[in-house]
Amino acid sequence: MEIYLPIAEMPIDMFLILGMGMTVGFISGMFGIGGGFLLTPLLIFVGIPAAVAVATQGPQIAASSVTGSIAYWRRKGIDFKLAFVLLAGGLVGTGLGVLFFNQMRKIGQLETVIAIAYVLLLGIVGLLVSLESVKALLASRKGGKGMRRQAGRHHWYEGLPWKMRFHRSGLYVSVIPLIVLSALIGFAGAVLGIGGGFILVPALIYIFRVPPQIVVGTSLFQILFTMIAATIFHAATNQSVDLFLALLLMVGGVFGAQFGARAGANLRGEYFRLLLGALILIVAARFAADLVTPPREMFSVTQTETVR
Amino acid sequence: MSAIRKAFLLAAILAPLEAAAQSLVTALSTDRVPILSNFTGERIAVFGVIQTDAGARPKDGWDVVVSVRGPRGAVTVRRKDSVGPMWLNLDARNYIAIPSFISILSNRPLELIAQAEVREDLRIGIDPLIPPQTAVRSAANDPQFRAGLQRLRSQQGLFFQRPDHVRFISPGVFQAQIDLPGIAPLGNYDVEVAVFSGGALVAKNQLGFTVIKTAAEQWVAEAAHKNSLLYGIATAMLAVLVGWLASLIFRRD
Repeated sequence: MEIYLPIAEMPIDMFLILGMGMTVGFISGMFGIGGGFLLTPLLIFVGIPAAVAVATQGPQIAASSVTGSIAYWRRKGIDFKLAFVLLAGGLVGTGLGVLFFNQMRKIGQLETVIAIAYVLLLGIVGLLVSLESVKALLASRKGGKGMRRQAGRHHWYEGLPWKMRFHRSGLYVSVIPLIVLSALIGFAGAVLGIGGGFILVPALIYIFRVPPQIVVGTSLFQILFTMIAATIFHAATNQSVDLFLALLLMVGGVFGAQFGARAGANLRGEYFRLLLGALILIVAARFAADLVTPPREMFSVTQTETVR
Repeated sequence: MSAIRKAFLLAAILAPLEAAAQSLVTALSTDRVPILSNFTGERIAVFGVIQTDAGARPKDGWDVVVSVRGPRGAVTVRRKDSVGPMWLNLDARNYIAIPSFISILSNRPLELIAQAEVREDLRIGIDPLIPPQTAVRSAANDPQFRAGLQRLRSQQGLFFQRPDHVRFISPGVFQAQIDLPGIAPLGNYDVEVAVFSGGALVAKNQLGFTVIKTAAEQWVAEAAHKNSLLYGIATAMLAVLVGWLASLIFRRD
């Protein structure tokens, strides 16, 4: 059944979008990630304009983060203080990201920027996650211990000024690296249509050693608010948020996520991360292939102004 | 079908009034195309009656060309070039007043209806309807960009010619079908009906219709553009609501 999207100004198969939302929702439920990095490319692939695809991710990710945040909040799995510090950086990054997005769109390089950024970001993160999980798999075969926090050892960035104590996470670190990290992720999120959970979660675990039982809920809660901000910033400055598209994605996404969460419960941690790493690398490879294969059509047309 | 009858009726009423030279009466089946949520395109009928003195009918009959032109706008055409291993948008040309939709319907191929110069003069055909590029920077005029624009719009189904979409129902009475695709841009469309005889223009009429969004689509699009901040806040709140409802529905404990 075709439905007309009022902002993208095109008809699209309703069940195709619902199905995509559900599939990505399933994957995101399974891995505990937002899934924006999969959904944005898929939407672009079926012909939704890149700007609309990215801007419409905001509400979709916000909706799935609400569901996740509530679940973690009940389990007391959110460090609110840490989340608010991260949020401060996230909001700044999101605002700058939307400005950058609008500028790139104006000079016609948005698609290229998105493609290159996806290759770099997903390539690096995918590689890190895969390598780490392979290492963990090998270590667990040998019967060695996993990564443990070593008492007394601190990294230089933890000793920067403005130290703050986060009781829930058992942290005492400078807020500067936290804010820089979340600003960078907020920036990437606004430009690429991703929540950034797949970067934030490993970063909090490996760089700041936030306990795993706290990290996902805190990251979800932070992402919820940055995505609300991204939705509002995108809508107010480039009018590319498509309400109908967002609704279809949300509905598909929340259903898919429920089944995904159940499927994910049966997977072992290391295999689970290896799978996630492979998935991220596949998307990166797809974008890289698009960038380097000589295009069949050299030309592209952008309507810059319409007299109605 | 009632529209056909209406056109016939119109012709019957007007016939005695127009006695002398060749004149043209035309009508569209609709002048408003509303886009509903299930919009996937629309077919609009054009009816026309060519009137003339009893003996003055040309012996090889008439030719009819219906040119449909969508709302015009500025367009940037970009070309990808290789930078190392990558292909990036590097070169660009700007065009203004490019119709977002062009459909040329006729009863036989345009080449058989009139000479190229005549068509160029009267702006009949896809190519004559596309203005040349505007002088931006020092970019040299490159016909490849204009050809690229035309090719892309054709592939999207926004520019097309149909040399068999004008049908004569009887001598002097014709009907044409405008097929609007689902991606037809919103706005005002001009419809020009030109009648040729022996390679020369004998009559011409202008019509028009508007493609508009209705109800929910219109409301959403308008809100997004006019109250964009409020629209953003409302969309974000809706997202939170959907997420919250989902957690109520799927709550397992």
